[in-house]
Parts: sequence; structure tokens; C-alpha cells
Amino acid sequence: MIAKRIKQLAPSGIREFFDLVLGMPEVISLGVGEPDFVTPWRIREKAITAIEEGFTSYTSNSGLFGLRKGVSNLLKKKYAVDYCPDKEILITVGVSQGLDLALRAILNPGDKVVVVSPYYVAYPALVEISSGEVIYLTTREEDGFKINLEDLKEVVKLKPKAIILNYPGNPTGVSYSALELKNIWNILSKEDIVVISDETYDELTYNDKHTCFSSLDKKAKARTILLNGFSKGYAMTGFRVGFACGDKEIIDAMTKINSFAMLCGPIISQIAASEALLARKEVSLMRAEYRRRRGFVVKELNRVGLVTVMPEGAFYCFSSLKKFKINALDFANKLLMEKKVAVVPGKAFGKGLDSFIRISYANSLENLKESVIRIEDLLNNL
Amino acid sequence: MEDILEFLENNARISVEDLVKLTGKEKKDIQRTIKSYEKKGIIVKYRTVINRQKIKADQGVSALIEVKITPQKDVGFDSVAERIYRFPEVKSCYLLSGTYDLLLFVEGKDIQTVASFVSEKLAPLNLVKGTATHFMLKKYKEDGVVLVNESRNKRLPITY
Repeated sequence: MIAKRIKQLAPSGIREFFDLVLGMPEVISLGVGEPDFVTPWRIREKAITAIEEGFTSYTSNSGLFGLRKGVSNLLKKKYAVDYCPDKEILITVGVSQGLDLALRAILNPGDKVVVVSPYYVAYPALVEISSGEVIYLTTREEDGFKINLEDLKEVVKLKPKAIILNYPGNPTGVSYSALELKNIWNILSKEDIVVISDETYDELTYNDKHTCFSSLDKKAKARTILLNGFSKGYAMTGFRVGFACGDKEIIDAMTKINSFAMLCGPIISQIAASEALLARKEVSLMRAEYRRRRGFVVKELNRVGLVTVMPEGAFYCFSSLKKFKINALDFANKLLMEKKVAVVPGKAFGKGLDSFIRISYANSLENLKESVIRIEDLLNNL
Repeated sequence: MEDILEFLENNARISVEDLVKLTGKEKKDIQRTIKSYEKKGIIVKYRTVINRQKIKADQGVSALIEVKITPQKDVGFDSVAERIYRFPEVKSCYLLSGTYDLLLFVEGKDIQTVASFVSEKLAPLNLVKGTATHFMLKKYKEDGVVLVNESRNKRLPITY
């Protein structure tokens, strides 16, 4: 009954581990891929008011114009990129839908898409659902999990239709400076490749300023589908609002699919997102808190022997267990059963990551502190 | 070193070792800074916020009291205020702009205790022109912390 390509979708390999964690709600979970903050009150209040005022209809397939205008202004202000709210911006149901629409809009069956590993789990699956073929560009620990330009040159020779970039990235927290992005673009610009740039963690960048891929140059902007949203920086995961920006032709095609498949994102969430654009102070307070936790947790993980590179953004540490004779899944199982702390084993994010775990610091300092004590305890008794 | 104040304000029991980890500063610098804050009166005291509503017995009562007073030559409100805030029943005392002058937070073991403080000690003072006492019925939020059942953290324990 089920389509072949859906049947063939690779299972995550840690399904059982996930089920185990879901059955133990009393654990301290560092396995959560979303903010621990509740959406700032002014945004929630706006959503409540929207319901009270009777905003319960569909919106245009492109999303509320006011929100598109707000997104356009924000991108202009933050990155000096100019997207026309009328034709070059589409409001999506989270970045996830933006990615799905982008892939469906550009892929013919068998088209190749480069996914940079370690990757966010949805990328390969969504490519395959859209009948594309995944080519993995595997980054290395010794390169700090950043794209190696020589490897990129090799992969480009395979004539991919698109590449998915994600920075700051899940699960590594790795990001790129303007110069590094220029070097990447130098290679990509010579080919006819669409860049799908998932910048959903842009607000959670802690050192250098985030550089938007479309801001590199005119040609880069024309070839980029910029994906972003409100889930992470604004702590609005459950509202499900994102946006896609790109060339008129691409946004047109994505909107066309949207007009049949989803129609639009929830109007209440879109109104809340318009308010979120004004909540700069709330965003920067949350960023400051993540930054503080990052400093604490990275130092502590390294101290107990889990080698962890300082992540430049997002709220994840990708820590190495190589000093210890245990693979990540066994370690995660032991940590869960014996110490009641949950982390995500690396194999969820790509091949060859069996000695890494993803630790999310979207959790209170008290919990992070307690977790480090328990992790240290386990490591000492391995 | 202002972030030390922020950490302490949030958790007065935070250890110096944790402050070292959180701020990346030297232990002796942190200790010296805290000492100097204490000496200068920037750190006034270390206290615990207690949700007394959760303790069934011995809750006591609290009241907010608006006080109108007559300012005096040269010293303004200060000396009258001092006469008032010296009473141990007065937990906090603020001078405000608006329709009255002083706002007091008063605690007592029951309504009678507070009432007699107002009628026997506060109101009879020469320079007090009038008082209005408001008894507190319920505390929803104190020092930035919501005290009533706040539902939180409905996240799934594990997600990508």
C-alpha cells in the first residue's frame, strides 16, 4: 500500500532509544531540540487578542502581508538584504515546511542534493520524499565540523541540483564567518547550484555577527532560498511559523504548491509572529542566557573529559567520547538508565558519528550543573 | 563584575566555585568583589523568598498602608519617615509621588495585630495626616517569581 520511496526511508537508528526516553518523563533531558523558555508574554498576549478579535480565517497563500513586510524590514536591517514582501517572501509553517516546499519546487526525480553531515535529521528524508538523491558531504572533527573546501569541490563535480546549508547548525552549533562563506560561495557560484540556506538559529549566534548567505552578493541572493523562522530565536516552536525568501520565480513555485497543499499557516500564529518581530529585547535576553549556559557547559564538559569545541551558535554541544572506550548509544543508554540524564547519540545525525553525543543546553543552569555531576560520575565508573 | 550581582540576586546561595565556572573570573577576584559589595552596602543582605501560602499554619497577614504625612522644614519627609520605618512591624517603606506620601508593607500575626499597630502607633503620630490600610488577600507573584501554580515545561523530553 505504501509508496516505495517512503518505505525505503531509513529509520533513524535510535528510535528505540527515543521511545525509552519518552517513557521516562522524570529524567533531566539534554536531548531537547527546542528552547526551554516559554514564548515571551507579549507574543502570547497578541495571540490571545487575535483570537478574541475573531482572527480565525485563512490568510493569503503567501501569508499575511504585514508579516512579510516585517520580515523584509528585519532582513534589511540585520543583513542589508532586500527582499520584496510582495513577491520574494513566503510565510511557511515553520522552517520544516519551507524546506519541504523548496525541495518539491526545484527537484526532478533523481536530482542530487548535497547534505552536509552531521546534519539535521529531516534533510535526507525530505530530499528522498521529493524523489531526490542525497549526496553526503561529510565534515571532519579535525576541521571543527566545518565544510572542507577541497571536499566541496569534489562533491560539486557530481553536478548536484542543490546544497542544503545550516548555520549555526544542529547538531554541532557550528557557524561560518563572512569570509568562510565567501570561500564556499566561490566554489558554488561557478556551478548551477541552488543554495538552500537554513538559518533558523541566526538569532542564537554568540561571537561574530551572523552572515546571511543572500547578503554575499547579488548572484548569491538570486540563487539562494533563505529559510528562517520564529521557533528558536523567539521560543515559538509550537506556533509553527517560518519564512522562505528567494527569487520571485522560486517563491512563486513554492507558493503554488502551498496554495494546494497547505493553503497557509495558522493566522493566529502569523499575527503572533508579527508581534515577535518587535520583541527584540526579549530575544536578546534569551540569547544572553544561552550564551552564559554555553560558557558554563562547554568548560565543564571538557573538564570531565568530553572533548567539546565551543559552538558558535544554536544551543547544542557536539561532544566526543573518544577518550573513553564506549560508543555513544551505549553511553546514552547507561546515562539514561543509571543517571537519569538524556542526550542524543551522534548516529542520529549521520554516519561515522558513533563516538559523539549531542547535548542541548536549552535547559536551566541548575539542571545543567546537576547533569554534569551525573555525567562525571558515570565517566569515572566506566 | 556586575554579572556577579545578577547571579547573586537570582540565587543568593550560589557558591563561589559556581561563579568561577559561570563568569570565568578568578576565585580570589570574585571573593574580593563580593566583600567590597557587602562593605559598600551594595549587597544589603542575603534572603530567601518563601511562598508562605504553601505553609498551612502560621501564615500571618500582610498589609499595604498608604500614609499621608506633613513634610517638615529642612528635612522634608525624611524624619517623619524615620519615625515610621523604625517600627519593626514595618517591613518596607517607600516615599512615593501621587495622592499619598509613604507606602508601607506591614506584617503581623493576625488582622488585630496590624489594626492595633495602625490605630495605636501609626495614626496617632503628630505629622501623620491620614492612613488607608489594604490587607493582602493573595500573592500571585513576588520578586519576579509567580507563586500560584504556573504550568511550565510541556516539552517532549527528546526531540531533534
